[in-house]
Amino acid sequence: MNWHHIITVYLKELKDSLRDRRTIISMIVIPTILMPLIMFGVGTIMSKVIKAARDEASPIVILGGEDSPGVMAALKADKRFRIVASGGDYKQLVSEKKIRLAVEIPAGFEAALKAGSPQTVTLYHYEGEMKSGLGVTAVERFFRDLREKTVESRLTDRGLPADVVKPFEVKRQNVAPPEKVGGNLIGGLIPYIIIILCFTGAMYPAIDLTAGEKERGTMETLLCSPVHRVNIVLGKFLMVMTASIATMCLTLLSTGISLAVGGSLFAGGTQTVAVGQAAAGATKAAAGMMPSIDPLGIFGVFAMVAPVAMLFAALLLTISLFAKSYKEAQSYVSPLIIVVIMPAMMGMLPGIELTAKTALVPILNLSLVCKEMLSGVWHWNYIGLIFGSTCVYAAVALALCVKMFNREDVMFRA
Amino acid sequence: MIEAHNLTKTFKDKKRGVITAVENVSFTCRPGQIYGLLGANGAGKTTTLRMLATLLQPTSGTATMAGHDVATAGVQVRAHVGFLAASTALYGRLTAREMITYFGELNGLGEEALKARIKQLADELDMHEFLDRRCDKFSTGMKQKTSIARTLIHDPAVMIFDEPTLGLDVMTARSIVKFVRECRNRGKTVIYSTHVMSEVEKLCDVIGIIHGGRLVAEGTLAELQARYGEKDMEEIFVKAVGGEAALIAAMKN
Repeated sequence: MNWHHIITVYLKELKDSLRDRRTIISMIVIPTILMPLIMFGVGTIMSKVIKAARDEASPIVILGGEDSPGVMAALKADKRFRIVASGGDYKQLVSEKKIRLAVEIPAGFEAALKAGSPQTVTLYHYEGEMKSGLGVTAVERFFRDLREKTVESRLTDRGLPADVVKPFEVKRQNVAPPEKVGGNLIGGLIPYIIIILCFTGAMYPAIDLTAGEKERGTMETLLCSPVHRVNIVLGKFLMVMTASIATMCLTLLSTGISLAVGGSLFAGGTQTVAVGQAAAGATKAAAGMMPSIDPLGIFGVFAMVAPVAMLFAALLLTISLFAKSYKEAQSYVSPLIIVVIMPAMMGMLPGIELTAKTALVPILNLSLVCKEMLSGVWHWNYIGLIFGSTCVYAAVALALCVKMFNREDVMFRA
Repeated sequence: MIEAHNLTKTFKDKKRGVITAVENVSFTCRPGQIYGLLGANGAGKTTTLRMLATLLQPTSGTATMAGHDVATAGVQVRAHVGFLAASTALYGRLTAREMITYFGELNGLGEEALKARIKQLADELDMHEFLDRRCDKFSTGMKQKTSIARTLIHDPAVMIFDEPTLGLDVMTARSIVKFVRECRNRGKTVIYSTHVMSEVEKLCDVIGIIHGGRLVAEGTLAELQARYGEKDMEEIFVKAVGGEAALIAAMKN
């Protein structure tokens, strides 16, 4: 190993890459604008669309109910609903999204209520369709109110207090410290995003520095220099690592800023109440992100990501070195992203916990340990095991890469 | 000084089995001499030169370049060799100066020495006008000059040229040939591969004809003319490889 050569190769690759428009876009532009774009662009549009869908009166069809004028009148008077005359097959209307749902009021509903015999109101809806779901929630609320009123009047009729049907209350109280709540909410998501960014950030330069050089004919020029190939590999490897870490840091920075700005923006506005469940969850996490995550955990995540970035850089270099051209390398490397995402996603599943076995599975172990660290839990023995094992994997991948660089059939593949 | 002894290179091919690209090639080239390696496409010229430049390891046989063994002292060999081929391109996103500097640094030249050397090369090759422009915008002539400066930056004792005029226009090709001659005049050991007969006639002190991976004839132009009873290099070449039929058969392979 000759550090002078390694640094020379690294600095040249860095200069070369920074002059490449494609690298600049993938390494700097996209990571910087992606998150703000998703949050403010897609996020705002999404919450607006959801709000509009929620505010709009739900078109519904009422089946039956001719002998229950009181309920019918109340439904018609309610601004949340727009009663549509049922001219045809209500099932078709629901599945064609012309109405949100159909409400079937059984014959003699009001009379039966007075008599005290149990009744069932059926809602015909479109499972999984958002607008239909909103309609169902509104109709259910309407009937729940009606039920409560009925119960109340029955109790009054019998001269009983309201407590009779509510002998006790159930109350929920969170006891987990706020950083653990935050860690659990987005602790699974952060390592997942980091892993993907690490990979995509390394992908482009890894291809450009190997298959790209072969295609442009500069690889042979470089191999003519009196430098051991291991130094060439290490110089290129450092460049790919730099790209990977730069992509990740820029994304985290822009995400952090967007969350801080967006969080206070959302938390400040009354809009928060109006947006949908998912958006509300995200803003809750967003508003609470900065204080609710163990700040030391963030550093921990960075430290744990480093060997994974090394592993990715070495693997990507090895694979793309095998290709003759840029395009060939892309077709080898692109499917790999799925291989990387799978263990990262598994780390978000409930029930998959950090054990001695999962600590040895690359990527999955990172996902799991990051979740713990962001919640402020530090299992030092696992952290050591994961860091060590990933370093070993990375070293093996790097050794493989050097071996590939020394293989004539790879370097001069016809 | 280049000394090659029984250089042999075999490749494994999935479809065709073991292929012998170069077989028992031996020759010597002294300082101040141009050794011309003449052969058709696929005759084994590039493989031979890549072995000499330590880009490929010989399957058997040995070669020493300026006293260093290609099999065991690759780094020292490359430190004394300048290799220029059609397949050794420039970094398009670097300027000519950066390109030359990069290879100077890899050859262990210090900052001051490098500056002086670049100035000297730019003077000799008339490169000042485009020295600080990016290589991807260069004409073929400018590219070739930059490549030459790159191979000469460490003032190597041995120069390897693998079909350096391939695909170049007449003027650029002529300037290359002139430059190769200058290398010889400065006492460098030069090996030059080509399939252009006229270049061999004009340029080379010793000519080696390579065919099917083997060196089938070797000598000065006069010696070869006497041996084959022909004046014209092309006729000599065809006779040396065993007639037109042999040449056609080899091309098919």
